[in-house]
Amino acid sequence: MLTRRTALKGVAIAAVMSWAPITLADELKLPREHVDLVAPPFVHRHEQATKAGPKIIEFRLTVHEKQVVIDDAGTKMWAMTYNGSMPGPMMVVHEGDYIELTLVNPETNTMPHNIDLHAATGGLGGGALTHVNPGEQTVLRFKATRPGVFIYHCAPEGMIPWHVVSGMHGAVMVLPRDGLKDGDGKPLHYDKVFYIGENDFYIPKDENGKYKSYDSIGESYSDTMDVMRKLIPTHVVFEGKVGALTGKNALTANVGETVLIVHSEANRDTRPHIIGGHGDYVWETGKFNNPPERDLETWFVRGGSAAAALYTFREPGIYAYVNHNLIEAVELGATAHIKVDGKWNDDLMKSISPPGPIPPAKLGAVTSGGATIAR
Amino acid sequence: MLIALKIKAAALGVAVSVPLLATALTPGSPPRPDETVALAAASFGYRAAGDFSRGGQPIVSPLLVVRASGLVIMKNQVTAGEYAQCIRDGACPKLALPVGRQDVPMVGVSWHDATAYATWISRKTGRSYRLPTDEEWTFAAAERAHDEALPLVDPADPARAWLARYETEAARGSAVIAAPQPTGTFGVNSKGLADVAGNVWEWTNSCFQRLSLDGSEERITSVNCGVRVVEGAHRTYMTDFIRDPRSGGCAVGAPPSNLGFRLVIAPSNSVVTDAIRAVAGRWRHGA
Repeated sequence: MLTRRTALKGVAIAAVMSWAPITLADELKLPREHVDLVAPPFVHRHEQATKAGPKIIEFRLTVHEKQVVIDDAGTKMWAMTYNGSMPGPMMVVHEGDYIELTLVNPETNTMPHNIDLHAATGGLGGGALTHVNPGEQTVLRFKATRPGVFIYHCAPEGMIPWHVVSGMHGAVMVLPRDGLKDGDGKPLHYDKVFYIGENDFYIPKDENGKYKSYDSIGESYSDTMDVMRKLIPTHVVFEGKVGALTGKNALTANVGETVLIVHSEANRDTRPHIIGGHGDYVWETGKFNNPPERDLETWFVRGGSAAAALYTFREPGIYAYVNHNLIEAVELGATAHIKVDGKWNDDLMKSISPPGPIPPAKLGAVTSGGATIAR
Repeated sequence: MLIALKIKAAALGVAVSVPLLATALTPGSPPRPDETVALAAASFGYRAAGDFSRGGQPIVSPLLVVRASGLVIMKNQVTAGEYAQCIRDGACPKLALPVGRQDVPMVGVSWHDATAYATWISRKTGRSYRLPTDEEWTFAAAERAHDEALPLVDPADPARAWLARYETEAARGSAVIAAPQPTGTFGVNSKGLADVAGNVWEWTNSCFQRLSLDGSEERITSVNCGVRVVEGAHRTYMTDFIRDPRSGGCAVGAPPSNLGFRLVIAPSNSVVTDAIRAVAGRWRHGA
């Protein structure tokens, strides 16, 4: 570190400096709790309803810029991440708590970063106060005043969309102090939370149509911007990679278990659907002061928001959780699988006649052109 | 309105300067390393670049009076025609060149692209070219350098400094003409440099810094060389790989219309920094 003694003798300082007493960093007399964050699709331990009073909950997010593989073909992308994952981890607090977030931009990074939390009020969601260069960190405290699921994302001036579609987004869940409720005020509980972060990626191609890779994040910038401006993603994925939540990475649940699925997309609209299931209670806009909608087949997540859906699995088997733009789900990657264990319920579904040959026509019947005509 | 007047005034200068330049800079003409301006040693006011704080609160950056020991700097911004030769030699990235006149400033260049050109022309001419430091640019820009100190505000309320900055940025307006204009369009400053603070901003070699001032101690708390100082009609800070500056989102006002550059022929150290060092005499490393 270089220390320069500004020699007032030689180098005149003409400007009058403002001088303010240093305000105490912590005038809040509230209990503190430090929470270690967990990489998605999982979420750190938390109470669903609490009898305790408001707290200051401390979280730490460290920005990592790194090259990642985003599909099975080995396509590489320079990702910008909070805590190394796409999406960044979910932070869970209760309404009235204070979130005290330490944002770290390690020296090994190349770019300035910040954070805009949609759950926060003022200061561009914190973006105006959290600009950190490589080698810097900052601490922001904000009050969680509105219950719901909210996204957060990086928002550096002039470069916001690029940072966001490079992976810099995550979610905050602010639970009502007395927990989730249905439209009649009846408490709702979940056994687990899956946090699904959807990313739209824009990977440049070379003249032969092959995806390009770059030696540094800076070198990828202008080509990536050109693809982004056409608004057609090359990949639409959950958890940062095609197949991040399928096969051996598939999510698991049991029949009778209730899962809260939080789905966020920081940039683009999407429409989650559980193939073979429903949304029992869905806060489509993600805000818990509104009564949840019931029995939904597909719900709409507006770009720049998060939604929450509560579902109790009733049948075992494999469920596909997709963005029901099926081109995006199947061709571009937006598919997750949930393996559900338990006992099959014949009342809900039963195979009366398994697929087999079409039985011969009844005696006296003549088939013509595929239609059966009784004589 | 102010901007419009400025362009109008500059347009008057075109009639005088363009015919001369048209002969000097025909498309594809060799680089003219001789077309430089030698500035005599002088003292000048310099608003330090970077973010300054005291006791953790943002403050106005100090206005320094510094002495430069002399500087040799290009009269013109590097033109598209000149940059094209570096591309042809394979030493500069294949950037888009303008169609038509090549005697316009080369724009759409990043700090890396500008540095590649400096390396190439140094090798070509045997002279040591580099981008100016921010202090050197301010020295050469003379009356066209803008001192945009923000007003003093209540440091306990972050919104006040922020609103003040917004007002300043919004008041800048945008350049009437966005497209790069033929060299000389924006006239010559008192030091003989053409097109300073026209519609092409210039990269400098100075890194973005945060500094804290406590008593007479000035301490650099962080240096980010991924972000460089860019100079022109206003000073700004740009990530080094940006070629096409954008505003939008939370930023207001016009970003630089174009990013270009001019180079200095100089010893490897900044002449101005040396001057500060000589005057201050008490720089220290460590601690």
